[in-house]
Amino acid sequence: MENLIPHFVELIRRAATDLPADVEAALRRAHDQEEPGSAGQGALAVILENVRMSRASSTPICQDTGTPIFYVYYPAGWSTLALKKQIREAVAEATAKAYLRPNSVETLSGRNTGNNLGDDFPYFHFEEWEEDYLKVDLMLKGGGCENVGAQYSLPDTRLDADRDLEGVRRAVLDAVHQAQGLGCAPAVIGVAVGGDRASSYIKSKEQFYRPLDDINPDPRLAALEKRLTEEANMLGIGPMGFGGKTTVLSVKIDSLERLPASYFVTASYMCWADRRRTLIYRDGAVTIE
Amino acid sequence: MPTFDLHVPINEADIRALHIGDQVRLYGTVITARDAAHKYIMDTFIHPPAIPESERGLYEELKRLWRGGIIYHCGPVVSRDAEGRWHFVAAGPTTSIREEPYEADVIAHFGVRGVIGKGGMGPKTLAACQQHGAVYLHAVGGAATLIASAVKEVLAVFKKEEFGVPEAFWVVRVEAFPAVVTMDAHGQSLHETMLAASAQRLAKLIGRHS
Ligand code: SF4
Repeated sequence: MENLIPHFVELIRRAATDLPADVEAALRRAHDQEEPGSAGQGALAVILENVRMSRASSTPICQDTGTPIFYVYYPAGWSTLALKKQIREAVAEATAKAYLRPNSVETLSGRNTGNNLGDDFPYFHFEEWEEDYLKVDLMLKGGGCENVGAQYSLPDTRLDADRDLEGVRRAVLDAVHQAQGLGCAPAVIGVAVGGDRASSYIKSKEQFYRPLDDINPDPRLAALEKRLTEEANMLGIGPMGFGGKTTVLSVKIDSLERLPASYFVTASYMCWADRRRTLIYRDGAVTIE
Repeated sequence: MPTFDLHVPINEADIRALHIGDQVRLYGTVITARDAAHKYIMDTFIHPPAIPESERGLYEELKRLWRGGIIYHCGPVVSRDAEGRWHFVAAGPTTSIREEPYEADVIAHFGVRGVIGKGGMGPKTLAACQQHGAVYLHAVGGAATLIASAVKEVLAVFKKEEFGVPEAFWVVRVEAFPAVVTMDAHGQSLHETMLAASAQRLAKLIGRHS
């Protein structure tokens, strides 16, 4: 296999320092909508200026560079072992170059491994596909926002939430309320309905790879996404919890099969520093989007 | 809404003039302190009857700089240039609530006027703010590059070897450091009022009456 390590380092650098255009545009719209002179608008102005400066100086947008989550789609015949090795090497190199902060701590000893590598760090998902090119999706998932994610097992009597889309709606609004500003709002909320506890969390985070302005192909979910985005913003929590019109930038929902006995609703929270980039390797040429 | 410029050392009247939701720009000396530093302050300066001789120098320096001064909950990323000077590269706030057990005592003991962090603090700190004339200042979480650029100069660092870079006391000079008052000296917490207000709106949206 060709040496793609420098390209993977560049993928990480772009993810950590260069916020995607759709996220930045959504933050700018939010800024323009907030009450002029309000603390919420002030926070968004600081965020936008920070995004600009980080891009210009190639320094991390946020000092918590999060958990790097790699989704790798490869054509038949590729070695996932070799890909994993190269990406891990790139992670260590990106850490040495200070694009990533050393962020992986051995849980029991408290020791930081210093290079963002560990048995289970970073996180990988490999999938063979029918295309003839390699695609690597990377997201950096911050810790503060990870801490405010929530999972509900329906029915939930406290929320009067039954096993239907109305129940999903209640659970998601409750999750946004519970989080307040603690996950560095405004957020993108990724929701999964169904699955087991683990698959539901994973599916909820996969929503963060979706462009902010895409439309869910399932009209029921598309309608709920739109409604929940509006209603979450009616809570008034605002940027950083300072109060205001923008608490979430978008809500993204998907469903997965469940057991008859279970009905999970999982809401993962992605902070305003919604960092993701994609590398495509096709016919010997690399592009990063 | 007005923006207030605060220059360290800050006097009590200027602090009492602030209310939750006010935006401020900070100028002057700020000292970072997070988990290890707070524990050290409690164990070395506040609890024991006498301060060990070896720690006296640092104690006097903190007393001087924190009278009317500012604590910043931050574990910075730093760099050092060819002349040996330190610079802040990334310096966003860290979550403050972990210092809730200690902060009220630190505010009272040193005469601190402001605590910068994120996420807000609890009732003990809120009461200390009211009693002693201090405020909690919420920085913009994640704005690491911008805040680092508001740090114009690293004046000194203490306990770097012992606590490590993120946990050390970094004494820095800031200019136009942006923050929002979310706990004031009148017993008000924006975090509490926001939680109550959004709980009411939630109850409306999901058709329950609290
Ligand atoms: S929640 Fe996001 S923006 Fe906030 S500190 Fe963590 S990574 Fe940074």
